[in-house]
Amino acid sequence: MIEVQQLTKRYGSTLAVDGLSFTVDPGRVTGFLGPNGAGKSTTMRAMIGLDRPTSGRVLIDGRSYTDLRYPLREVGALLDAKALHGGRTARAHLLGLARSNRIPDRRVDEVLNTVGLTGAADRRTEGFSLGMAQRLGVACALLGDPPVLLLDEPVNGLDPEGILWIRGLMRQLAEEGRTVFVSSHLMSEMALTAEHLIVIGRGRLLADTSVEQFIARNSRAYILIRTPEPQRMRDVLTDAGVHTDDGPDGTLEAVGTSSEKVGELASRHGVTIHEISPRTASLEEAFMQLTADAADYRAESRSADHG
Amino acid sequence: MGDPRAAIAFEWTKIRTVRSSLWSLLLCFLVSVLIALLFGWVLRGAYDDMSAQSKADFDPVGSGFNGLRLGMISLVVFGTLTVTGEYTSGTIRASLAAVPRRGVFYAAKVLTGTAIALAVSVVVVLVTFFTAQTAIGEAHNASITDDGALRAVVGSILYMTLICAFSMGLATVLRTPALTLGILVPLFFMVSEILNNLPGVQKAAQFLPDAAGGIIMRREAQEHMILDAWSGMAVLVAWVVVALAGGYLALRRRDA
Ligand SMILES: Nc1ncnc2c1ncn2[C@@H]1O[C@H](COP(=O)(O)OP(=O)(O)O)[C@@H](O)[C@H]1O
Ligand SMILES: [Mg+2]
Repeated sequence: MIEVQQLTKRYGSTLAVDGLSFTVDPGRVTGFLGPNGAGKSTTMRAMIGLDRPTSGRVLIDGRSYTDLRYPLREVGALLDAKALHGGRTARAHLLGLARSNRIPDRRVDEVLNTVGLTGAADRRTEGFSLGMAQRLGVACALLGDPPVLLLDEPVNGLDPEGILWIRGLMRQLAEEGRTVFVSSHLMSEMALTAEHLIVIGRGRLLADTSVEQFIARNSRAYILIRTPEPQRMRDVLTDAGVHTDDGPDGTLEAVGTSSEKVGELASRHGVTIHEISPRTASLEEAFMQLTADAADYRAESRSADHG
Repeated sequence: MGDPRAAIAFEWTKIRTVRSSLWSLLLCFLVSVLIALLFGWVLRGAYDDMSAQSKADFDPVGSGFNGLRLGMISLVVFGTLTVTGEYTSGTIRASLAAVPRRGVFYAAKVLTGTAIALAVSVVVVLVTFFTAQTAIGEAHNASITDDGALRAVVGSILYMTLICAFSMGLATVLRTPALTLGILVPLFFMVSEILNNLPGVQKAAQFLPDAAGGIIMRREAQEHMILDAWSGMAVLVAWVVVALAGGYLALRRRDA
């Protein structure tokens, strides 16, 4: 289990992580979702003691990462896959890490096999594609057979086959009872792999929920109305107690109603209608909406502070 | 906490699995020995033509070690790249994730690098000494049992090892090879040489790390010197302590 407690990280004037608290439970894949720059990588670096929190802390099974005698046997992390010494072979890179944590040498061949790099084991990594580097990064994370895995955007740079492979691997690791914490800036990716979601925006927690609940709550359904008389249509709907938003290209979006009701109201009041259709915002849109709200909230509270 | 011995095994594995470290150590050996050979031969031929004063001042041990200063550049490169390689490649994050205690990580890296520098220096200095003395020839050369010869040999080994340790400390502070080597190479091989020959600043310049530590390579200290062989070595040790402490403080504070 990972416990993030009131984590705050500031880089100069940038507040990368802002009072973040959540826990990550074992036995399932927990997605860490947020747009680029939300603070996901910073949080993950803080989890393994690479970045010092400005305040707050992270505990791994009740202990700080830096207190672990053989941390690679407790936590496997894939942060920046391209961070390899180009002159060293894949095998040598893994061998060093194995020696550092007294992990038996045979694990090196085992994990190379797991990630499908056996054939490239003795090649220097300078020639590796991003996909191969990503696989080697996963091998490093698995080296100590750790009960906790942290993967920062592991899908980046993988080909479709690699993406399927890593999704399957993450699910398998979770089924084995491990804690799997994986970040992404794509909601669609998370919907496919994660069971639980931690959503952040601008360093703050926006949601801590199951993926199912998140989708149900955030995928907004509405009725799209295309009409040459939008103002009249809006008045009619408002009088009937139906809330409307402005859609793209002068359309209206009626929330919390049905096509039937909109059609009846239009006909009763003689409003010309070109189209009425029920729509559901995509997950990606829902996620954008959520994080945009967070940005707005932040902008408002900031201007309030300074005003 | 932490496992220092495992951390040392880690550093040793990292060093022996990149070719640049192996090349720089080999180059250190080749440059030192070849220059000793060349100098020895030239001196053997030139000795008879030297003035009486020059003959009296002739220091076969110090002359034979002339190549060490150049060979030492490779040790400086070795020490620097061992540290900065982690930063330029980004492996510092994987390394600190594996050994999160920064003090343990740093101590293991410095100890491993310094131990390798010591082992290489022992070989390089001994081979250089015997190569040079053989080349100079029986008539005018020094034997290891001569007064001060053994001191020069042991001192040169210490000198080269400490310069490598100094480089590692500075490299940890600066993190880039361009900056570290851009300071150390000109300092050790030009600036220090120039300053030590300028009458006005000679007195101060002998306290520079390479100048102070290098005094021990000669049989006798020169006249304008305040420092002698062992006080010079002590000054170098002080520089090394400062550089290593600076490296530790920088590493301990910084985000990786
Ligand atoms: N080492 C750093 N120095 C300065 N700013 C940083 C550093 N790392 C991250 N940031 C800033 O912190 C914020 C969060 O970045 P990051 O954690 O990388 O987000 P994410 O991984 O969610 O894309 C960004 O505004 C980024 O520019
Ligand atoms: Mg990131």
